[in-house]
Amino acid sequence: MLELKQVQKTFNPNTINERRALKGIDLTLQEGDFVTVIGGNGAGKSTMLNAIAGVWPIDQGQILVDGIDITKLAQHKRAQYLGRVFQDPMMGTAADMELEENLALAKRRGQFRGLKWGITAKEREEYRELLKILDLGLENRLKAKVGLLSGGQRQALTLLMATLQKPKVLLLDEHTAALDPKTASKVLEISDRIIAENRLTALMVTHNMRDAIHYGNRLIMMNEGRIILDISGEEKKKLTVEHLLEQFTKASGSEFATDRALLS
Amino acid sequence: MDILAFARALPGSVAQGLIWGIVAIGVYITYKLLDYADLSVDGSICTGGAVTVMMMLAGYPAPLALFCATIAGMAAGFVTGIFHTAMGIPAILSGILTQLGLYSVNMRIMGKSNQAISVDKFDLTLSVRYIPQAILIGAIFCLVVIAVLYWFFGTEIGRAIRATGNNEQMAKAQGIDTNAKKVLGLMISNGLVGLAGGLLAQYQGNADVNMGRGAIVIGLAAVIIGGVLFGKIFRNFSLRLVGVVIGAILYFCVIALVLQLGMESTDMKLISALIVALFLAVPYIKETKGQKKVKPMVKGGEEHA
Repeated sequence: MLELKQVQKTFNPNTINERRALKGIDLTLQEGDFVTVIGGNGAGKSTMLNAIAGVWPIDQGQILVDGIDITKLAQHKRAQYLGRVFQDPMMGTAADMELEENLALAKRRGQFRGLKWGITAKEREEYRELLKILDLGLENRLKAKVGLLSGGQRQALTLLMATLQKPKVLLLDEHTAALDPKTASKVLEISDRIIAENRLTALMVTHNMRDAIHYGNRLIMMNEGRIILDISGEEKKKLTVEHLLEQFTKASGSEFATDRALLS
Repeated sequence: MDILAFARALPGSVAQGLIWGIVAIGVYITYKLLDYADLSVDGSICTGGAVTVMMMLAGYPAPLALFCATIAGMAAGFVTGIFHTAMGIPAILSGILTQLGLYSVNMRIMGKSNQAISVDKFDLTLSVRYIPQAILIGAIFCLVVIAVLYWFFGTEIGRAIRATGNNEQMAKAQGIDTNAKKVLGLMISNGLVGLAGGLLAQYQGNADVNMGRGAIVIGLAAVIIGGVLFGKIFRNFSLRLVGVVIGAILYFCVIALVLQLGMESTDMKLISALIVALFLAVPYIKETKGQKKVKPMVKGGEEHA
């Protein structure tokens, strides 16, 4: 479904600020894989997601979706294959546009946008049904400007928008990190449900080890631009936070360096 | 102050305000919808005027001349868009480059710095000599433009332009070619400005190479006055555009008033600049003074989320 072959990225090459963010990432996702990605600060988690999304060109390697080489495709062109939810709840929606307008924009991801006017009653009904499932009371606020919604509501809406056109791969980049714990767990549950119901292939970056263990069928750990651990199936189900920390120390030769991950 | 003289000047201000209202709508599209301060306007308004006058002097009918003025304005917007998106030049500078280049283009079109067109010899769309008629024609143009834009920005492609201006990152993630949308938005904006330039040249009876100087500031003034006065009551997109046109009319009424108070007409640019600076400062000062009221940026609602 998704294939990364020897993906490399260096920021600010040949300067004093040079940073080798990805040092040859090899990763293959099977259809229906829900992979959680964990690692310390600067491990390359978000960089890897941005590389897949095409935020900037990569230096070396190849990225394939469903066998199609998307390495050189512009960001908006590969959007037809990808659904994305960002860490910042403000980033995934257009604040000054109505809720239903945001959904209508997402509904046409990867499709031709022409001179068809407005939103049909049928479309609106579909959105209402989908919003009802979120259970956030948004189904009655289709005409509200998205800027009026809370961070959690916006994140849930972004999630819905990312999956309205079934993506080949769903990219979740610490999408609950900016929310309060209660809201975060609700948005995570919604994510899990949407992924399961639509049998989506997903890559979820998180700094929370417990969430990384609890959700998904596969877990990868990154450190200094490399994947250092890849656990799936039965083995993943038996994982504990302590075990994961131990594994990290063994694989990287250093202590896991994120206080956030330990405390949360 | 001579109240009567001021009252006599008002109809002319309204007519001028309606024509400049179309410029202001163009500015609204770039400044508010695309979040792009486009300075090409100063050049493209004159291009529209020059094309209109030269075509009419060559014997073409006014409607065709206005149509070509619109196309010429769109071409100017296209150039600014390419400067910005394909060549990576910052927004403001892209507009300044187009504006500067257009000076030469406008001189080429006109052959000299001023070309007059007499209402006695030509069938003009509107003229300062028949102000009531000019007000009617100006109002009709404004209403048609607003209606067409209301429709267009509700279409799939129009919504994509709005999304691009509102949140570019989100637009890209939803598969929108944001560069193409910016170019398209700039073309629509400058097309309207070119049209307004054609109307203005006919109204005042000439096209002048300096007729666009400070046009962006007048357009911004109208957008800002419209926003400040009607922002709370005009929520609908088409009503907001109506507010912008009223803003332009009020701007010219204020100018007429200031002239009656004895200021020189050459002082108007300074007054315009100060008015715009003042109105632009209001939201900023409100924000910095009233920080206690500002809610934290990222926080989930307790009840719903």
